[in-house]
Amino acid sequence: MNSPRSAAAAPIAREPTLTERDTALGRWMLAPALVYIALLVGFPFLLSMYYSLSNATVGNTHLQFAGLDNFRQIVQDGTFWRSMRNTLVFTIVSQVLVVILGKILAMALYNDFRGKWLVRLLILLPWVAPISLGTIGWLWIFDPVYSIINWTLRALGLIGPDTWPIWLGQPDLAMISIVLVDVWRLLPLATVIILAGLSGIPQDIHDAAHMDGAGFWRHLLRINIPLVMPIMLVALLFGIVFTFTDMIIVYVLTRGGPFDSTQVLASLAFFTGVPGGDLAQGAAISLFLFPLLVAVVILLLTIARRAEVT
Amino acid sequence: MAIVETRALTKRFDGSNAVDGIDLTVGEAEFLVLLGPSGSGKTTLLRMIAGLEIPTSGDILVDGRNVTNLSPGARNMAMVFQSYALYPHLSVFRNIAFPLQAQHMRKDEIAQKVNWAANMFGIGQLLQRKPRQLSGGERQRVALARAVVREPAVFLLDEPLSNLDAKLRIAARDELQQFQRRLATTTIYVTHDQIEALGLGDRIAILDHGAIHQLGTPRQVYEEPADTFVATFIGAPPMNLVEREGQPIMGFRPEHFLPPQAYASASEPLQTLPFHITRIENLGSDRLLYGTLASPMPAVKVISRIPGTVDATLSADEDHSFVVRQRDLHYFDPKTGLRIGRQP
Repeated sequence: MNSPRSAAAAPIAREPTLTERDTALGRWMLAPALVYIALLVGFPFLLSMYYSLSNATVGNTHLQFAGLDNFRQIVQDGTFWRSMRNTLVFTIVSQVLVVILGKILAMALYNDFRGKWLVRLLILLPWVAPISLGTIGWLWIFDPVYSIINWTLRALGLIGPDTWPIWLGQPDLAMISIVLVDVWRLLPLATVIILAGLSGIPQDIHDAAHMDGAGFWRHLLRINIPLVMPIMLVALLFGIVFTFTDMIIVYVLTRGGPFDSTQVLASLAFFTGVPGGDLAQGAAISLFLFPLLVAVVILLLTIARRAEVT
Repeated sequence: MAIVETRALTKRFDGSNAVDGIDLTVGEAEFLVLLGPSGSGKTTLLRMIAGLEIPTSGDILVDGRNVTNLSPGARNMAMVFQSYALYPHLSVFRNIAFPLQAQHMRKDEIAQKVNWAANMFGIGQLLQRKPRQLSGGERQRVALARAVVREPAVFLLDEPLSNLDAKLRIAARDELQQFQRRLATTTIYVTHDQIEALGLGDRIAILDHGAIHQLGTPRQVYEEPADTFVATFIGAPPMNLVEREGQPIMGFRPEHFLPPQAYASASEPLQTLPFHITRIENLGSDRLLYGTLASPMPAVKVISRIPGTVDATLSADEDHSFVVRQRDLHYFDPKTGLRIGRQP
């Protein structure tokens, strides 16, 4: 204790400040995010689990435990299964299109050309615009009277003067319409993610493939796509989660109609639970999304991990 | 096996010529080294020959056939990159097989060829591994095997050894030369390392600012440098140059600039040069003496490299009379920098 060494060390032995203690600092910096997630994600999630097992309705403050009754009713309901099918069609078709178009766009933007920044900006625009504003714009594009699509088709002579396609009013056209808007909305994100993946491939690899005599398709299918596969799967994962849980497009464009032909699980849960007043069933429907999404996330992350290369 | 020619080959980048009208002929089975500092245009020249870079003007010929407009894959040339550029998602076997698959070769034939190439480089036991599981030396061999496997007419090598550590590099250099001799394939090799160039090349083309300063055997470029650039670029430390008013530039190599006892037994005419030593580095096998020439010579900085076999007691801050044999003196035109023979 009395050695000169400890005497010399004494002045240094003060309380370390918060910025010096990495563990404590880390916890403090994570705290706002954790509070946010707990309040805005965790709490509603637990609440919806609780509601789904009760007889909750709007305005009913006296909850009673109802077991799995809500779920039993849902699976016997044709509208639910129809919405489930619509959700899958909506998600799969739009995401297949997003990944393919995103890859093509990314490859086009990867090359240098004049005005590249402008094209990049224009492509990113749908992602930057608020989803509801963009969708309202589409509402006008699909309007039966003012539809610019019909006007263009007529001007090109593709449809006759007496044909009036009602984009949001005919079941098959309505589904095409919401897919179109979803592709329009998610394409920029996928393109930017895939573009980042493409930029990560060293030029030498492309040069080597050229030297080895690989043509366009061999280069694309054997070198290019396998190398961006992990990052394409991340783009796909985002797309699936966003599309699966999205109800704004459906809500603004079709309200699930006509005849529930565009009703998806997220919109059905909302219409059942809030305007319909049956909170318990709405909660139960929305919970059906959860295990499906967990499965998709685990599957895609596993594949991405396996495909990862460096 | 092929003869590769470039005719007035030029590449313009952003208003200046990266490669400036180069005429070059690489002979059958020759090992030609393109040597130059970074930015000299050596890699651009190689990439134009490969077809990866489109020339601004000029032609590339292989065995007299103009290939300037052919795609890289159609030129029957194989390239080894500095980074090796192995396909990271493919096994070693599939990496080596890739150029053969692109030729639509039969599967059994591919397997046979891949094994042949892998055995040549001693990587037969690594075929199922991925590139990331290999060491630097092993990756380099895979890159070489991938280049060799389709038996191309020309090998193009872009600094293939620079990512190896020093010890491995010496062994790899030896192997590289052996396999090139065995396959007798025309080879163009880019490097900025003069030891590699002198050790490997049948001939060396020394480039700077997109032009060839000298094309010759390692002996020629070392012993008869064509100009002051080559003289100072080749040799480590570089040749000492002494500029004198109204006279040609005089050059001599550090290892020829020695204390008189080193030439005690020589009966040749010697040039004596007064030398003020400022600093000594002892490198074990050699000593490097840094200093300046003294009057009547201009006070230019010069270096002497004394082999360990020469016994001389020397220390810093001393004045000595060092000597160079007359035949080891080089002279260059002070205006153009071009060599003007040994005698002034």
